[in-house]
Amino acid sequence: MDAERITEKLNILADAAKYDVSCASSGSKRKNENKGLGNASNGICHSYTEDGRCVSLLKILLTNHCIFDCAYCVSRKSNDIKRAGFTVQEVVDLTINFYRRNYIEGLFLSSGIFKDADHTMERLVRVAKKLRTEHNFNGYIHLKSIPGASDELMREAGLYADRLSINLEMPTETGLKLLAPDKNRQDMIQPMGFLKQEIIQNTEEKKLFKKAPIFAPAGQSTQMIVGATAENDKEVLTSANYFYKNFNLKRVYYSGYVPVLADKRLPGLNTEVPMIRENRLYQADWLMRFYGFKVNEIVNDQNPILDLDIDPKLSWALRNQQVFPIDINKADLQLILRVPGIGVQSAQKIVSARQFRKLNWDNIKALGVAINRAKYFITCNSNIFEKRDLTGTAIKQFILAESQSKYLKTIQPQLSLF
Amino acid sequence: MTTIIYDGTFEGLLTVVFEIYERKLQQVKIHKEEWRDGALFETVLTVITDQTKATRVLKGLKERLSPEGLKRLYNTHMAEMTDSDKILLGYILHVFDSEKNIEEGYGNKYVLRLSELTKMIGRERHRMEAFIRFQKLSDGTFYAGIEPDFNVLPLLINHFRDRYTDQKWIIYDLKRKYGIYYDLDKVEYIEVEFSTDGDRSKLPAIYFEDEQLYQHLWKNYFNSVNIPSRKNMKLHLRHIPKRYWKHLTEKI
Repeated sequence: MDAERITEKLNILADAAKYDVSCASSGSKRKNENKGLGNASNGICHSYTEDGRCVSLLKILLTNHCIFDCAYCVSRKSNDIKRAGFTVQEVVDLTINFYRRNYIEGLFLSSGIFKDADHTMERLVRVAKKLRTEHNFNGYIHLKSIPGASDELMREAGLYADRLSINLEMPTETGLKLLAPDKNRQDMIQPMGFLKQEIIQNTEEKKLFKKAPIFAPAGQSTQMIVGATAENDKEVLTSANYFYKNFNLKRVYYSGYVPVLADKRLPGLNTEVPMIRENRLYQADWLMRFYGFKVNEIVNDQNPILDLDIDPKLSWALRNQQVFPIDINKADLQLILRVPGIGVQSAQKIVSARQFRKLNWDNIKALGVAINRAKYFITCNSNIFEKRDLTGTAIKQFILAESQSKYLKTIQPQLSLF
Repeated sequence: MTTIIYDGTFEGLLTVVFEIYERKLQQVKIHKEEWRDGALFETVLTVITDQTKATRVLKGLKERLSPEGLKRLYNTHMAEMTDSDKILLGYILHVFDSEKNIEEGYGNKYVLRLSELTKMIGRERHRMEAFIRFQKLSDGTFYAGIEPDFNVLPLLINHFRDRYTDQKWIIYDLKRKYGIYYDLDKVEYIEVEFSTDGDRSKLPAIYFEDEQLYQHLWKNYFNSVNIPSRKNMKLHLRHIPKRYWKHLTEKI
């Protein structure tokens, strides 16, 4: 292997792949049963870059040659950058050697569209097939589904990959038309729908025959870029909810747009990455998936935009004060989950611990609840509780005054009130 | 107040529990063997580990705890954390003094504290699973040196044996001076005498020929995937505290 050439290729093709935020290596259940190399189960973040993101997979493009010209993408046809491409064997060698040294959980392989959808998809599948069949590799493999790829290839991809994903890129069809004129949404949805059916069918087969081959055990995911087009949070989350519900997606990723290209359709190059907004979207996403919130409780016509200064759960609680206060020693788990300052784990611990004794403030605090936020919404085994009839605005100000926002640098104004 | 000294083994700890009930001791402090400087006016009791007594206490624990609950006690003891003896003892006495299984009763301080210790151990184990970096030696064995905060090496065996079945590997705890070695068949504990002669020029000779290349590629990859406009060092440091850096190929 020519060290210099391979280093250059790796730099180019890792750099081009890094804007894909998905890095999950969890959700699979591939065991090492053939005395081979590796397994995939809960997922491990092996390292973290200086931007604080996890490095779990070798995330690269097979090539950054692309026939498409999507405005938001560094690899677009009209962008004057260095182009490179790996051979199938090179990707295989890198994956195996990184994996053996415990650098990574597996491979995340994507690609520019170098000829047409099927050619590209076929090459991706070939890498996965080689890893699985020739190298007994049981580590995690995430393949990108290329929009417009044939059912045959998608089926083969599902046999070798743990997860498949296809990026919707823009939350709405209009946004996509504007920025990626060569792509159409139907081409993306088609393979997604096909895989969904195959996965359901495979789950059924698995129930009947234990030895049925596993098919994309970690399911499908997608990614949307936020802040490149004008969509508001309501449109973004409604779209995410639609794909969770209709395509059984495991994850929707939100990628705050990083301005890398000058284009009059896009925000200017000096625009800040909308990191807080991205964070709030993930919080909202968690509320939908783990806290039993419906999308229209979080965003609706009256509140189409998520608050930046407080999290979406606190926003909801302030808008729905008639629900509170709730008694922590009696309320259902579902209701406890809705209290600001109480997470899934503390909620479950509360429900377990209260069977042994009635909980007071000290107990609740010891269980990991953020009392400074929760205290406005709960009562417990104590006659000290918030008795004032505070307005939402007042509660918000009290909470903000007491807490150290991780985004202090960016949101200054609220705090100067006190 | 009675101060109890025991040999530091799990069986020893269980024997201590037996003696506390046998002698109806009320307030106790517990120390491992090496402890010497006690308060002058305390009663000191040295408990000699006794298999029969330990087994009886173990049997009692098995009846009152789930298998996971018992394993939690054992792993916490083995992790050699400061003060864990006190918590474990308090926890075990609480188990025997209660009518029903108390594993979920987080209102009790021992139960809560043990769940915290368990979490700390789990986190350290998980960090090791993530941060271990093997280097391929000239004979094809993969070697990694680590310095975990707690003694978690035994907890790593299953994970690495299941994962790296077709390569020989060694994980060595440089702090506690012992390691685990997988020889393609089974895992065993080892101790190694490291040469103290400081001639570093000999070092490359012990590595497999492509080792330097892959370390170089990994470092390059690590730098390429960073997005400078999203830099967030606080988050970075929270995920990889500095004390782990010296064994991380990409941070050296």
